[in-house]
Amino acid sequence: MSNIKFKLNGQDVDLNLDPSMRLLDVLRNHFQLTGPKEGCGEGECGACAVLLDGHIVHSCCLPLANVHEKEVVTIEGFSKTKRYQALADAMLEEGGSQCGICTPGMMIAAESLLSQNPKPTEDEIRIGISGNLCRCTGYNMIVKAIKTASKKGDGLW
Amino acid sequence: MVKHTIPKNLNEAINYLYQGDYQVIAGGTDLMIQRRNSADLPPLFNSNLLYVFNLEELKYVIKEESQIRIGSMTSLETLLHHPDVPKLLKDVIGEMASPGIRNVATLAGNIANASPAGDTLVALYLMDAIVVLSSVNQNRYLPIEKVILGPRKTCIENNELIKEIIIPNHQFTQTSWVKVGGRRADAISKVSFAAAVTIDKGSVMDFRMAFGAVFMTVVRSRQIEKLYKNLSVKALKNDVQNIVFHYQELIKPIDDQRSNKTYRSQVSQNLIEDFIRKI
Repeated sequence: MSNIKFKLNGQDVDLNLDPSMRLLDVLRNHFQLTGPKEGCGEGECGACAVLLDGHIVHSCCLPLANVHEKEVVTIEGFSKTKRYQALADAMLEEGGSQCGICTPGMMIAAESLLSQNPKPTEDEIRIGISGNLCRCTGYNMIVKAIKTASKKGDGLW
Repeated sequence: MVKHTIPKNLNEAINYLYQGDYQVIAGGTDLMIQRRNSADLPPLFNSNLLYVFNLEELKYVIKEESQIRIGSMTSLETLLHHPDVPKLLKDVIGEMASPGIRNVATLAGNIANASPAGDTLVALYLMDAIVVLSSVNQNRYLPIEKVILGPRKTCIENNELIKEIIIPNHQFTQTSWVKVGGRRADAISKVSFAAAVTIDKGSVMDFRMAFGAVFMTVVRSRQIEKLYKNLSVKALKNDVQNIVFHYQELIKPIDDQRSNKTYRSQVSQNLIEDFIRKI
């Protein structure tokens, strides 16, 4: 088996690791990217969400092999963008982040949604974050934050 | 020692399957959880792995005159937004899992996993889908109900790969999809129900129902359906109690962590009545 090669947060990486490893473990333990977190470990909570070629995926159920020759962006990579700043400002403004555990995944879900649909309706936002659990906010503030980001960050997406 | 292989194309993939014993893995959303290990350890697979999710040549939706052909590695999220995918299948996919799962989950995975609660299977049964199994020597074209043999059991041979799913065109005048689950996203069905009718000038030209999670495989009965074709809508509606009775013979749910027999039977009955009332 040859190495797994992919782009991680803009950098080319070349790994000689077991290709069946969960992407989540590789990100956290090999690259010390601890933004993606293990909540449920079975694809239900979205705390481990990352972008794969711009689309949200749950890194806890993705084998490393499946990112071969693709592009992975974690919250750490995304945080260097203007879009992130617009989303982060909106989350602050609307109180969309409390304990913070779900926040990296929520931001990834929001980016995945807005990049395909820059002006989502409330229903579309709720579907966009339907794979991300939050036990603090009751979701309404997060939905509002994404709406605010979409308005104030007009033109970014 | 487990061998890991990422084939470059379909041809290479089926050649690997011909030469050795492989577990095929697509998006991984079922298998990675079923074989989950402690954090930072590889999942517990005891056979060689063939990673087929990145086979770009299996990602397509082709509309033809009488059918659509879906490449087996097309993600569910792609299907959800594709203009040529039948509405019923989109209704099903729209209520499955969540965007992050749908971006990597595939119809092929749902078929190979053969869960009695596999949601797309219900729609595939209802629409007479054909599964194309590719191997070095041949392509087999099998109706979905011949592929699924029981819970987690399929007729797919070790040397075969699901290449394509073919869905014939239908002119249904009304379709329905109801998923009964614990919540709207990420739920595994307690009961699922798909139905379709074609009504022309007050006559029932086509009548179909399929149920998920109430038996070892999806329940669909062409025998029962035949009884109600070419009847008037009025006659069909008048016979609703008999229809329920016929299906009760086939709906044999189990108790499990998600639901129980009594609930599943009752809900199935209600769904039949509700669909017929709305025709």
